[in-house]
Amino acid sequence: MSILVLAEHDNASLKSATLHAVTAAQKIGGDIHILVAGAGAQGAADAAAKVAGVAKVLLADDAIYGHALAENVAKLIVSLAPSYSHILSAATVNGKNILPRASALLDVQQISEISEVNSPDTFTRPTYAGNALTTVQSADKIKVITVRATAFDAVAETGGSAAVEKIASAGDAGLSKFLGQEVQKTERPELTSARIVVSGGRGMQSGDNFKMLEEVADKLGAAVGASRAAVDAGFVPNDYQVGQTGKIVAPDLYVAVGISGAIQHLAGMKDSKVIVAINKDEDAPIFQVADYGLVADLFQAVPELAKELSK
Amino acid sequence: MKVLVAVKRVIDANVKVRVKADGTGVETQNVKMSMNPFCEIATEEAVRLKEAGKVTEIVAVSLGNAQCAETIRTALAMGADRGVHVQTDVELQPLAVAKLLKAVIDKEQPGLVIVGKQAIDDDSNQTGQMLSALLGWPQATFASKLVLNDNSTATVTREVDGGLETVEVKTPFVMTTDLRLNEPRYASLPNIMKAKKKPIDALTPEQLGVDPTPRLKTLKVTEPPKRSAGIKVKSVAELVDKLKNEAKVI
Repeated sequence: MSILVLAEHDNASLKSATLHAVTAAQKIGGDIHILVAGAGAQGAADAAAKVAGVAKVLLADDAIYGHALAENVAKLIVSLAPSYSHILSAATVNGKNILPRASALLDVQQISEISEVNSPDTFTRPTYAGNALTTVQSADKIKVITVRATAFDAVAETGGSAAVEKIASAGDAGLSKFLGQEVQKTERPELTSARIVVSGGRGMQSGDNFKMLEEVADKLGAAVGASRAAVDAGFVPNDYQVGQTGKIVAPDLYVAVGISGAIQHLAGMKDSKVIVAINKDEDAPIFQVADYGLVADLFQAVPELAKELSK
Repeated sequence: MKVLVAVKRVIDANVKVRVKADGTGVETQNVKMSMNPFCEIATEEAVRLKEAGKVTEIVAVSLGNAQCAETIRTALAMGADRGVHVQTDVELQPLAVAKLLKAVIDKEQPGLVIVGKQAIDDDSNQTGQMLSALLGWPQATFASKLVLNDNSTATVTREVDGGLETVEVKTPFVMTTDLRLNEPRYASLPNIMKAKKKPIDALTPEQLGVDPTPRLKTLKVTEPPKRSAGIKVKSVAELVDKLKNEAKVI
């Protein structure tokens, strides 16, 4: 069996989500190849070649892959598919965008966001906002799978010495065009790979008040997240959202501030190792999953926390 | 231009879902069902386009058992013009849904198809992408803003991992909705009454020439491990002390 893992990367470097997908591939078992589709992506391909357990890196370097347009990358994956028993990607926005398109073109029913590999054809995945775990078996010839990164440890970033093989571009589908992006510049770690996450909810009352959380986050080397309510209210940008339909995180420490704890939010963070909740409502559901709960007015508690952490 | 929206009937977002004791699925008896929230956003966007004079007709499609007609009625009450109900009691997985929708689209010939990015029951996040693949159309997924430029292109802002991305797609295309695209309206009572008179065509997978048999076999459905509540701390100082010395995470 050979497994193709679609790399999540920014052309220059490999994103850690890929390392989690490789672990899932190892659990399936077989030769693992990483596909780097990018523009000027030698850096990402070289990084992929160093990943432990990788047999080969395929580099498709073409301007049309520069922004991971699904129409073009799916076409490339389909052209490679006959050599593989499994095609995997981390369930990043790119993975979720590209893989179902490839899957449909291959006439395969994709298995989304697996959290466990039971056997090469049987996988477990969370459904109903993580309130149920569904185990499914696929009879499709090729298995197309997205991987929930938080459910698999990252494989070692180094130790491998795979060859990088340049492959031809599959051509522009000519259906869509990248126009631009608005990316938040931040010195903080990425939300989905941070060791500590500090999140705010509706209780923060305004975007300005998130500065208090950022101060705490910076003292802890943490990423800043938010509940859907805080994003919908416009306090913070969309990519802060943690939850069922936002980002799934499982850091060592998750600090939920002014977040009531709706099922949909819990779905995105309940696998965190240690959960802290700060909320003035002692009946807030977030306390039912928190290891340490502090019933307090966040506008007093958060500045106090920043001060305490400076000691 | 004609717009087609797909709407799914799911367990209401506020219901606490319970796994059946025999491990075959989740309890759906006597459970409140609603339109999937992302499908409400899809319907709302179509209605706004019609109100803005960019769209002439909205067709709402739902696939599944007899009760899915209620979900179509909800879309009609929000402002869709007519419904198509593909009736089947077979469990529908995303690839089958995409094939059935494609068959309906081949008949209806819309210029734009809007679907939710994800259904909150199976959390697959596949249908829109699969549908556009089968149609050979572009896909604009996880949309937070749509601008129809003219009859040949549209500009769509997408919610991506690092922030927002803007793409231009050729029409016709499939768009999947993210949360910030709009805030869906509640249907007014007069509109709910009016919706009862709007037509719903009934079709079957056989009539559409699609085999909807599930590809994935569900072996079991279990409850996830429960996380239990920990302790309440009395002060910020105690919290920091616990995190440093007990949990050892900072």
